[in-house]
Amino acid sequence: MARDLDYGRVMAVLGPREQFAQGDVACAYGAILGGCDFFAGYPITPATEVAETMAALLPRLGCAVMQMEDEIASLSAVIGAAWAGARALTATSGPGFSLMQEGIGYACMTETPCVIIDVQRSGPSTGQPTEPAQGDMLQARWGTHGDHEVIALAPASVQECLDLTRLAFDLAEEYRNPVLVMTDGEVGHMREKIVLPGEDEVELRSRSEPTSEPAAYVPFRAGHGSVPEMARFGSGFHTYVTGLTHDERGLPATDNADEHSRLVTRLVAKIRDHEELLTRVELDEQEGASLGIVSYGISARSAAGAVRLARAEGIKVRHLRLVSVFPFPEAAVRRFAEGLERVVVPELNLGQICHVVRESLDGGARVERVSRIGGEMIRPEEIVKALLEGGERV
Amino acid sequence: MKKEIRICGFGGQGIILAGVVLGEAAVRAGYRAVQTQSYGPESRGGAARSEVVISSDPIDYPRVTHADVVVALSQAGYDRYGRDVADGGTVIVDRSLVEAEGVTTAPFTTAAEEVGRKIVANIVMLGYVSALLELIPHDLLEETVLANIPSGTEELNRRAVRAGRDLFLGQRSGHDGA
Repeated sequence: MARDLDYGRVMAVLGPREQFAQGDVACAYGAILGGCDFFAGYPITPATEVAETMAALLPRLGCAVMQMEDEIASLSAVIGAAWAGARALTATSGPGFSLMQEGIGYACMTETPCVIIDVQRSGPSTGQPTEPAQGDMLQARWGTHGDHEVIALAPASVQECLDLTRLAFDLAEEYRNPVLVMTDGEVGHMREKIVLPGEDEVELRSRSEPTSEPAAYVPFRAGHGSVPEMARFGSGFHTYVTGLTHDERGLPATDNADEHSRLVTRLVAKIRDHEELLTRVELDEQEGASLGIVSYGISARSAAGAVRLARAEGIKVRHLRLVSVFPFPEAAVRRFAEGLERVVVPELNLGQICHVVRESLDGGARVERVSRIGGEMIRPEEIVKALLEGGERV
Repeated sequence: MKKEIRICGFGGQGIILAGVVLGEAAVRAGYRAVQTQSYGPESRGGAARSEVVISSDPIDYPRVTHADVVVALSQAGYDRYGRDVADGGTVIVDRSLVEAEGVTTAPFTTAAEEVGRKIVANIVMLGYVSALLELIPHDLLEETVLANIPSGTEELNRRAVRAGRDLFLGQRSGHDGA
């Protein structure tokens, strides 16, 4: 559904364009500015403020917010709303994200546009509810079973919580895929100044609607960029939606190897083939550097501090921040690492994205991790030390 | 210019709100600011910590590394962070809540009781710390306080933030040296 954001009405609800706001609140603002018109969720620290803010604001725009009985139901409600035409959101943290894996797979298989915010906290299980972590990164990639692809973004500031959540809605619509905003308890609860976008910056990109007559509509026939056109429920088009392997009509074809291969290969290709288009990175280049840092999310702030400290001491270092983490920006990481001897990856986990970086470089620069779990952030000095003396290998 | 402030106490004292208001007021005064927080799962009673970094330049690492000001409103907070302060930095404790030697003490809780209610000790402390920092005009701080408290408590909070400022100014001019 092509639609415009009613900017004046939205801003009347969001308040002044400049605010000192919390990351979770900024995510909610970003969602609303991204055209979100349905939220379903279940409260969980440190993501509850997203739900609270949506509950306070979205009804004032005439849109529904539902508190569901759990996280499985939350994502299910979001998927249903998306088929009814909504730009739908849920937000959770690790324990809820685990429950949502089922729905994420269903959304991948049924090509349902939806946005899921994971404000990561220390796990496994209920872990440390109030402490930040980046321990769900590979779960974001591989948590649901079967071959699939996701789009995942990692905000490093409160402003980016807003900007990337807003972007997530456009990407979900454009690719008809779940988009994950992988924030964490630190940036989620942190406050910084944010600037809300101006009226000329909030154009929405929406899913492609059927261009054929209802009788000629084939719901899962790949259209532009391998993405099928999507008919909204109730708009007069026949659609059959199932998590089972289905043919182009959407009907189950579970015993057909070719049909399964064609479908799942397309689901993977529609994301993977657009890696460069989906790549968002920030490069801090330094000529002659043999040391590098690849960072993402809140740990990128530690990395930026490390770059500042290192350069002040005459140590040459290059820094690549992954703004989009999946599809993994492999080509960008390879280009970044050309000529580097050592790449360290700071993360609030015991090594997750470092493995993907290492696989991408495939025998090139030595890739080591700088890890911290338990709730404190990685201090810039620790990253400098790892650059000079080596981080942890596995 | 870069100042790092760490406020520690226990849940329910309004430690986090004090940090939020300080950060917001600093932004309103034209600085960059980041406020972070750390607390346990309890809504009251567990250890709580609120940190504010204020700078003229963009802030990368958001947490305090070399505290210029440490405020402790609990003995546990003081015991853990009271010595972790930059050279030339200031450690301030609430004299009715914390026993400490060789640091600045201030009667935040007592002053809060004097202006009306013990619950505004955090706002007294905020007025004190802001006066010490000399970055934020008092009127702007007061305005930011009033934008962040429940309606109906404006007068109490206004008195509290002024009491905090006056406590600092009084100490500096030697009336209530610790």
